[in-house]
Amino acid sequence: MNTFIPPFDFHRVIVSPWTADLASYGWIMLMGFFVATACGLVGNYLMLRRMALVGDAISHSVLPGLVIAYLLAGTRHSTVMFLGALVAGVLTTVLIEVIHKKSRVKQDAAIGITFSSLFAIGVILVSQFASKIDLDQECVLYGEIGSIPLDMPYVQLGSLVLGPPTLVRMAVVALIVAALILIFYKELLVSSFDPGLAFALGINATFVHYSLMSMLSVVVVSAFESVGAILVIAMLILPGATASLLSRRLPVIFLFTVVHAALSSVMGVHFALWLDCSIAGAMVVMGTALFVLAWIFSPTQGLLRRWFSRTQVEPGETALQHGEQRAVS
Amino acid sequence: MSTVESSTSTKSAASEPAPLEIHDLTVSYHNKPVLWGIDLVVPRGKLIGIIGPNGAGKSTLIKAAMGLLPLNSGWVKAFGEPLKQNLTRIGYVPQRESVDWDFPVSVMDVVLMGRYGRLGLIKRPTKQDRDIARECLDKVKMLPYANRQISNLSGGQQQRVFLARALAQESDLYFMDEPFAGVDAATEAAIVTLLQELKSKGKTLMVVHHDLPSAREYFDMLLLLNMRVVAFGPTEQVFNAELLQKTYGGRLTILSEVAEAVRQKS
Repeated sequence: MNTFIPPFDFHRVIVSPWTADLASYGWIMLMGFFVATACGLVGNYLMLRRMALVGDAISHSVLPGLVIAYLLAGTRHSTVMFLGALVAGVLTTVLIEVIHKKSRVKQDAAIGITFSSLFAIGVILVSQFASKIDLDQECVLYGEIGSIPLDMPYVQLGSLVLGPPTLVRMAVVALIVAALILIFYKELLVSSFDPGLAFALGINATFVHYSLMSMLSVVVVSAFESVGAILVIAMLILPGATASLLSRRLPVIFLFTVVHAALSSVMGVHFALWLDCSIAGAMVVMGTALFVLAWIFSPTQGLLRRWFSRTQVEPGETALQHGEQRAVS
Repeated sequence: MSTVESSTSTKSAASEPAPLEIHDLTVSYHNKPVLWGIDLVVPRGKLIGIIGPNGAGKSTLIKAAMGLLPLNSGWVKAFGEPLKQNLTRIGYVPQRESVDWDFPVSVMDVVLMGRYGRLGLIKRPTKQDRDIARECLDKVKMLPYANRQISNLSGGQQQRVFLARALAQESDLYFMDEPFAGVDAATEAAIVTLLQELKSKGKTLMVVHHDLPSAREYFDMLLLLNMRVVAFGPTEQVFNAELLQKTYGGRLTILSEVAEAVRQKS
């Protein structure tokens, strides 16, 4: 047993990331927080629109975008990679819509068709040009959050050290996402709830849809290059799903989303230090643990409350089904 | 196709262009036509019921009229201008089932959506918008529920919230898709009162309706629809066995319903 679970060294696991090792773990915790916040905020809208799987799809289908961008530009510079992935991401969502709208194929199947075929094209391109290009799926798609502090040189504003460049970029993305949600709150709300009314009010629901999908692509691409796909895909769902178990008001759900992001990131670092395991994986496990806690103990919709008030019809009953699309993967 | 025109209703609309004018409208789904060559001039200040069998294109007609669906041919004008220029004058009550009632918003939030068309980008609903929303909720007797999460409402209450939202739009032309479907008797009565009140303020209302006997009672004018306009005119002129039979075809259950409705009339 003890060979699997290392001893719990309180100082090393709990104290050191906040003291001696703050210089490295501080950046990692911040990175986890910004990734989970940006993903979680966008993810809330994906779940409200019953398209939680689209983020998963995008993370696969950017591969051909990366290869083609590389072949066209001849460099692995991160801006080029970013643009390639972004175009592929938006193209994915367009294809899903076209297949879904112009045929009898349902949306979940359209997602499956789109990302698997784009991913396959990416695989073919990689194998075709493998001799010429120094590019494989591993090196671009699966970054490691633990190496964030090693990302040099740190961005500085005068004498103030802002942090590693990937972290600063992620922070900017998270802030932009939060700002866009604040600015377009009405438009996002009404077009998610009732696209027909949105149209009648003069709000272009199609435009809102593609803007949201572009935002999703930017978030996914900028995050998984540096922290890995697992954290991104998980954090598109977990913070929002947890928050929606705790409240049925959208602004409050956003608040809980950010709290979940912070907690899973900090707890993930401690957990990874204890078990000496992948930090991104530990953050996801902690995020899931928080989800389970909310599921059991939520004051309004928790399992406990349901057990104690059997007779009452619970409003949150269908909220849990938001995640049901995930079963398809 | 026999269209019965009402001479009295066209006169009253002389000062302003008709709230709704549809010309040669054709709409299809998956290459199957659903609506075919619809021509319609809707007079102002009328409560109009759209009736017809399932699949007659009733919902499609109002969606197409609002520009929610692509048209194969034809055009739609609202108040004499292309639809896009008059969106704030058009209110919409979709079918209750068309939205997710588990959505994390309150009754108040939903009614406030009716005000969004009048707010610019970025702007939040003002105190005045909230006051209007509260008034509208009060009119449908839902004010005590303002802060409820919408999933805690009954079907009739949900429908009233949708009506309050439409009221908050403060429009001149309303499209309502089966507002009476699956509601309790109290809500049905409340909706009828509300529709009459809106009409008396000069609003034009086009309401998709399912129930034949009550259609005769509720509406000033009826649009009998079955892919084409079978008839459009004052209820007392078009609600007769011949036209209804033409609309509903040879469906036995419907025919007996028609016979029953016509019998009640006389």
